[in-house]
Amino acid sequence: MDARTITAKERMAIPRQKMPAQDPEVRVGNFKEVNLGLTPEQAQQEALRCIQCKDPVCIAGCPVNIKIDQFIKLIAEGDFMGAVRKIKEDNVLPSICGRVCPQEDQCEKVCVIGKKHEPVAIGNLERFVGDYERTSGQKIDPKIAPSTGKKVAVVGSGPASLSCANDLAQYGHKVVIFEALHELGGVLMYGIPEFRLPKEIVREELDGLRRMGIEFRTDVVVGRTITIDELMEEEGFDAVFIGVGAGLPWFMGIPGENLVGVLSANEFLTRVNLMKAYDFPNNDTPVFDCKGKSVAVFGGGNTAMDAVRTAKRLGAEHAYIVYRRSEKEMPAREEEIHNAKEEGIEFLLLTTPLEFVGNDQAWLTGAKCQKMELGAPDDSGRRRPVPVEGSEYILPIDMAIISIGNGSNPLIHQTTPDIEVSKRETIVVDVNTMQTSKEGVYAGGDIVTGGATVILAMGAGRTAAAAIHEKLGGTAKNYDEW
Amino acid sequence: MYRIVSAIFLAENIKKFEIEAPMIAKKRKAGQFVIVRINPNGERVPLTIADSDPEKGTITIIAQGAGKSTRELNRKEAGDSIADVVGPLGTPSHIENFGTAVSIGGGVGTAIAYPTAKALKEAGNYVITINGARSKDLVILEDEMKAVSDEAYITTDDGSYGFNGFVTQKLQELIDSGKKIDFVLAIGPIPMMKAVADVTRPHGIKTVVSLNPIMIDGTGMCGGCRVTIGNEIKFACIDGPEFDAHQVDFKNLADRNRIYQHEEKEAGEAFEHACKLHGQG
Repeated sequence: MDARTITAKERMAIPRQKMPAQDPEVRVGNFKEVNLGLTPEQAQQEALRCIQCKDPVCIAGCPVNIKIDQFIKLIAEGDFMGAVRKIKEDNVLPSICGRVCPQEDQCEKVCVIGKKHEPVAIGNLERFVGDYERTSGQKIDPKIAPSTGKKVAVVGSGPASLSCANDLAQYGHKVVIFEALHELGGVLMYGIPEFRLPKEIVREELDGLRRMGIEFRTDVVVGRTITIDELMEEEGFDAVFIGVGAGLPWFMGIPGENLVGVLSANEFLTRVNLMKAYDFPNNDTPVFDCKGKSVAVFGGGNTAMDAVRTAKRLGAEHAYIVYRRSEKEMPAREEEIHNAKEEGIEFLLLTTPLEFVGNDQAWLTGAKCQKMELGAPDDSGRRRPVPVEGSEYILPIDMAIISIGNGSNPLIHQTTPDIEVSKRETIVVDVNTMQTSKEGVYAGGDIVTGGATVILAMGAGRTAAAAIHEKLGGTAKNYDEW
Repeated sequence: MYRIVSAIFLAENIKKFEIEAPMIAKKRKAGQFVIVRINPNGERVPLTIADSDPEKGTITIIAQGAGKSTRELNRKEAGDSIADVVGPLGTPSHIENFGTAVSIGGGVGTAIAYPTAKALKEAGNYVITINGARSKDLVILEDEMKAVSDEAYITTDDGSYGFNGFVTQKLQELIDSGKKIDFVLAIGPIPMMKAVADVTRPHGIKTVVSLNPIMIDGTGMCGGCRVTIGNEIKFACIDGPEFDAHQVDFKNLADRNRIYQHEEKEAGEAFEHACKLHGQG
């Protein structure tokens, strides 16, 4: 079928293309990527499903406003590199976003086709385009404006920072990214497992930023190694963007939480993803030996799914999700819940832990759980879980992973007291510019919103970049209007 | 890469390194630490900064070869490099003029007790140091400790040098002699720190210990270093590493530090085996 001659009827008859994936039984034995990507033929078929709305609502549904209709049109026409060029005007990390964005809640949710049929697989197409560039051997880098002579420091190297840095570099500013860890990418590296986002892809997309002249400095903890004030006063940065994420794991505050074998999801995932503990002892960092054990992950978000599927891959005999509401209320993406189920993850829903119990060596042996039922809706609009009296039981487990969210890291606030923070210690910003209470300092991503998604963080980074550019004497520009 | 400027053994298995890290050298304060990674496959290992030279842009760390990583570090020589050094991490020691301050270092813990003793001296305290080791050849930083002390004691478990006994016995002796002690800092093995806390508790002497839980990122992100202080959970990497000794749940710390004992042993043995095969053992 040709993009120019296809009829509306033919278009509607094309089914949503299913992305090939590794067989569940095979993939639980490896850390390779689950989804294998659309073939060029599939991508073109899928792109033909897009009716090229006059007013593409999908763009408004995307926090970074990728010109979705235009890049899809180019795919439909077979101009894949043209599609790369189009996406890169708004997003330099298409291979990452195509994999980890919650498209079903954003662009695809509002897709007009989705009203009668399944929505166009925008996320899969974005991923296809990003991967096409990486495997084509050709590199498409965005145009860079002439140097403005201004310098911006970007703190943290996760999604918010990377998108902010990218836009700032395009405006012609010198950008230096400071990262506390030894590896770049923030949550993309330490938080998201290889089987959902191969680290090589993150590294390659980071190389694109390097080619744009963005400088990266690892092993620098802003707030400890150098303060925000020192960056501005001594190092001569004209502005600072803080994109350090929400990296302070919450615990449940129940008895026994400090027993040996109770970990935060951050610790478990960092050991496995960043420190490659799955390859111990070839890599020096160990991780709790899951082989043949029972592992329970407490929580229902994407991080919980990542953790439980990682435990299964490390050989856990039982890998449980323990969640206090029902599956409908789970914050994790539907696709991830589906993938987890396929892989044999056991879901203990409407279940809450009351305490952890251990042996005389202080090693975890189980979690005392209580069944819940759903009552009236609470502040979040979700039905509140209410304990069922007398339903307590001990779930025998060897390891517990707590994945109930993250608070804000206090390091920057401690050393830059003139940056206003909320009661939850998130940084307070003007939502239109992402400027903090401190002149010249901007913030975005999870450090402002609390734990959210990669793409929301990227949107915040772009808003901040536009505001910083204006502040540094550039023409006021709202990226929505490009 | 971070270049090692000098590397000398202070005692069997305990080595002192000066490493080029100008930003850290300029910034660090007593009580703070760095995280080092020896090579690209290495662990992130927290080590206290024993000293620094902001002019030269170097920091001093002292490592005891215990697990695979520290043994690997101790094979490094001047001119070699290590992959990563990040810091300074942790909250600096709270230093003030307490009056009479006792700084106790047990074994390699002396590397941590020393910078704080020095800072206490600079703050005008009457500084007493107790430098403990199992035997004479394991005593480190004797001259350095002496240089910042008004009174300096060495204790050895086997009596081969200085006072014959534990640091706690020496401390008890000082207290019993009627000396008014206002502040005690104790850094060393967990049982030693617990024992010091038990000695000072009945006398209500403010006592601080520096804890060494398992840690990965060192910036508050992983929560692996959580310790129980009073009834609260604290993260040693950002809230510590120094805490009120009378509030620390030492048993919990010791239990939690044992989690990877089996894996560490396995890795250590494999490392020794590989070294022997390659003729470096």
